[in-house]
Amino acid sequence: MESHHSMKHSPPTYFNLSMPFLESPRLWLACLAMVFAGLPATAQIAPPSAFLSAPKVEQFTLANGLTVIVKPDRRAPTAAHMLWVRVGSMDEVDGTSGVAHVLEHMLFKGTAEIKPGEFSRRVAALGGRDNAFTSRDATGYHQQIPAGQLEAVMRLESDRFANNQWPDEEFKREIEVVKEERRLRTEDSPRALLYEAANAMTFTASPYRRPIVGWMSDLDAMTPQDARDFYQRWYVPANAAVVIAGDVDVAEVRRLAEKYYGPIAARPLPARKPRDEPEQTGQRRLDFKGVASQAYVSLSFKVPKLEALDLTDARSGRDALALTVLASVLDGYSGARLQRALEQGADRMADSAGASNGLLGRGPQLFVLDGVPAQGKTPEQVATALRQQVALIAQSGVSDAELNRVKTQWAASETYKLDGIFNQARELGSHWINGFPLDASARLIAKLRTVTSAEVQSVAAKYFGDDQLTVATLLPQPLDASRPPRVRPATTSRH
Amino acid sequence: MNTAPKIIATRLVIYWAAALFMSNSLAAIPVQKWMQPSGAAVFLVESPAIAMLDVQIDFDAGSRRDPAEQAGLASVTASLLAKGVAARSGPALDENALGEAWADLGAQFGTGVGGDRMSFSLRTLTEPDLLAQAVALAARQIAEPAFPDAVWQRDRQKIVASLKESYTRPGSVAGRAYSQAVYGGHPYGFEATEATIGRISVSDMQVFYAKHVQACRARISMVGAVTRAQADRIAQTLLARLPAVACSSLPSPPALPEVAPLARAEQKVIPFDSAQAQVLMGQPGYKRNDPAFFPLLVGNYILGGGGFVSRLSNEVREKRGLSYSVSSNFSPGLHAGAFTVGLQTRPDQTAQALEVTRKVVRDFVAEGPTEAELKAAKDNLIGGFALLIDSNRKLLGNLSNIAWNDLPLDYLDTWTQQVEKVTVGEIRSAFAAKLQPDKMVTIILGGSP
Repeated sequence: MESHHSMKHSPPTYFNLSMPFLESPRLWLACLAMVFAGLPATAQIAPPSAFLSAPKVEQFTLANGLTVIVKPDRRAPTAAHMLWVRVGSMDEVDGTSGVAHVLEHMLFKGTAEIKPGEFSRRVAALGGRDNAFTSRDATGYHQQIPAGQLEAVMRLESDRFANNQWPDEEFKREIEVVKEERRLRTEDSPRALLYEAANAMTFTASPYRRPIVGWMSDLDAMTPQDARDFYQRWYVPANAAVVIAGDVDVAEVRRLAEKYYGPIAARPLPARKPRDEPEQTGQRRLDFKGVASQAYVSLSFKVPKLEALDLTDARSGRDALALTVLASVLDGYSGARLQRALEQGADRMADSAGASNGLLGRGPQLFVLDGVPAQGKTPEQVATALRQQVALIAQSGVSDAELNRVKTQWAASETYKLDGIFNQARELGSHWINGFPLDASARLIAKLRTVTSAEVQSVAAKYFGDDQLTVATLLPQPLDASRPPRVRPATTSRH
Repeated sequence: MNTAPKIIATRLVIYWAAALFMSNSLAAIPVQKWMQPSGAAVFLVESPAIAMLDVQIDFDAGSRRDPAEQAGLASVTASLLAKGVAARSGPALDENALGEAWADLGAQFGTGVGGDRMSFSLRTLTEPDLLAQAVALAARQIAEPAFPDAVWQRDRQKIVASLKESYTRPGSVAGRAYSQAVYGGHPYGFEATEATIGRISVSDMQVFYAKHVQACRARISMVGAVTRAQADRIAQTLLARLPAVACSSLPSPPALPEVAPLARAEQKVIPFDSAQAQVLMGQPGYKRNDPAFFPLLVGNYILGGGGFVSRLSNEVREKRGLSYSVSSNFSPGLHAGAFTVGLQTRPDQTAQALEVTRKVVRDFVAEGPTEAELKAAKDNLIGGFALLIDSNRKLLGNLSNIAWNDLPLDYLDTWTQQVEKVTVGEIRSAFAAKLQPDKMVTIILGGSP
């Protein structure tokens, strides 16, 4: 269910940003898994030397509670500036689903000093690019700029963090843009609709059950005041972190942070209700009909996630780590187990098959198996075959070659990721959202390297029964060109 | 505005090539180019800070070389390269052995096909042992593909299944109709179908590959922690297993026709049950070697390429809330790739969105940008130049662009000056020469005009 973990303010403009930069930890890990790495079974790729991997990262807190994280990287005269707010769709309540994302759009609509749309024009005039995203866990605003323009974007960003305001007219137009975004990403994609429906069934009390973009009727009913209230409640300094990576000086960043973010008045953080997900005690099944030619099935198992404590305590969090190794052994490289077992041979089961483990996040996490049946095969057969592959590991464990392969992938990815400062800033921000330490990535890689075959075998046996499972099946429906448009007439705004 | 980019440029030298070049007087991005005895051209930017190397090898074997009745041939040929290496200089490796071998080397090898190029890419660590093994494996994969028939029969079924799936997706259906309408019978507009894929056999792939993938015609781009001497050896090794044939002894690849201009406007309405109408509008654009490249680049930034701040975004999204995404782009290649405006909107708003879009395009072609718009565009493009080259990945894209399009080696050094020189008059005349708003095709899927 990776594909809808984040919404963005605007589609990317430049082709090299064509991969949506999702900040979700799950996506981050998926990216790690996409980097092919490894060594002959006997060797081990070491993570990059300390000199390269850890240009010193510094973190400090302003008097008003705002966190600042700086990672100097002087390879090129550019910088990434991000403002992370620890509020996402999981902090919403029923009736105003989608408001975190709508507010993210409205932050481009001005302050006392900046007119609607002016923010992006100013960043563009500085030679920069800007965008923003909303996920379940966080809202982020970011600019990529020539390093010499850092002060200018800190001035702009601190201003809208503290002083966002706009006339109702702006809201009325922008909420229509957001609805178009929902139509584009969700309503015209049968699998996205399936994920949305499956999510709503997988989680009962957890706010993860609501879509990030919001239900359409909630968007229809949303008022400007809903967005303003959300802003007032959550955009307080103690709930935000500024992350800066690139050709910058830590002392200078500190001075600028004090100057622009420092004067924002401290306000108390609102209490967060736990809204814990109750234990699931039986399988849930969803049949979803959508216009498609290929069927699809996903199996979501509730699993433990990695807590901040697990990064420092050698013994805790072992299951979450082992589940991540399990996902990589199943689907972490070309020719991994699921591909071999389901996608190959004359009588193959699936046209595609996948596995992923959530691992990180503010809310409850899932291990997901999914697949597209090959012609003549059913979703039920694919589901059975996917579970058989897990059962095989529960029975016999994994080989040293597989284990080493996926571990060395992560080690090599630590070098490759140094090539981009934006991704480095994104990773640091994501760690802060989860309450993790600055060196969480290195710690995580180091811990993953300690996972044993016995541990992988053990989690494969432990978490894949029926009781914690939600099975969602897409039942393909033919396209009916004669059907009238399914969209209501344009009487959507009720304010 | 002329001095800022120079300062950036000078600093880049220091960042990327400190080990070799300590002089401030050097050109900005030190692109090295040389020819190998095989005839291959090598382009290198040394970037020693991270112990990694990125390589891209381009051949004139893109989809424009597809026969019409076998549309998709270049693409499936490239994809089958990852499915096995034949037993020649080493043991045979099937698709799984190959996948494991790459994973075990800490490296990535990929193939890709565009309209013009077939590209191979390698990303590897530069630890000497790993680097040597990765280069050796890439060389085998480039020169000794197995093209296994059983795998092709399977992959063909998968491709046909995903083609059928794509016919249910509004964006894919609209894109296919647009491509055919704008390119007519030109290979840029060929679309793979069940029928064309059904006509492709592995022997067709072998013939296509042998004909178009020639060492003497390779353009190799490299960015990473290697010296020129190392890069030369790596380039040589990568192509060493291809047949050693001089290009002079080979027939030239056949010249292909140019994209024909459209004779008249055409509007195609496709009924579709979707939540949004898909609108695509455009015409053939220009070739990459067009002398008006920079006015067209800057002009399109202003019209619809510049994200939130473009005219189209301002009129369609910001002022009217009609679409989440609206943009315009050119796609220049060896032939005149399309100029395309695209948007999605609620079906009942289609006519309004289309009217606004057409007016924006018409006005821009007739009048060009304002001086203020041109200044804003230059501020962004020139001021943000460093963002185009601030990683090895981005540098590689720029370097292969230079290599493929025969651009001058100082192309990146003079890029900001070229942008700076562009005038309102040049943009107006370039757009007037290239675009005819009264002769564009419009695809409207799922909405009524």
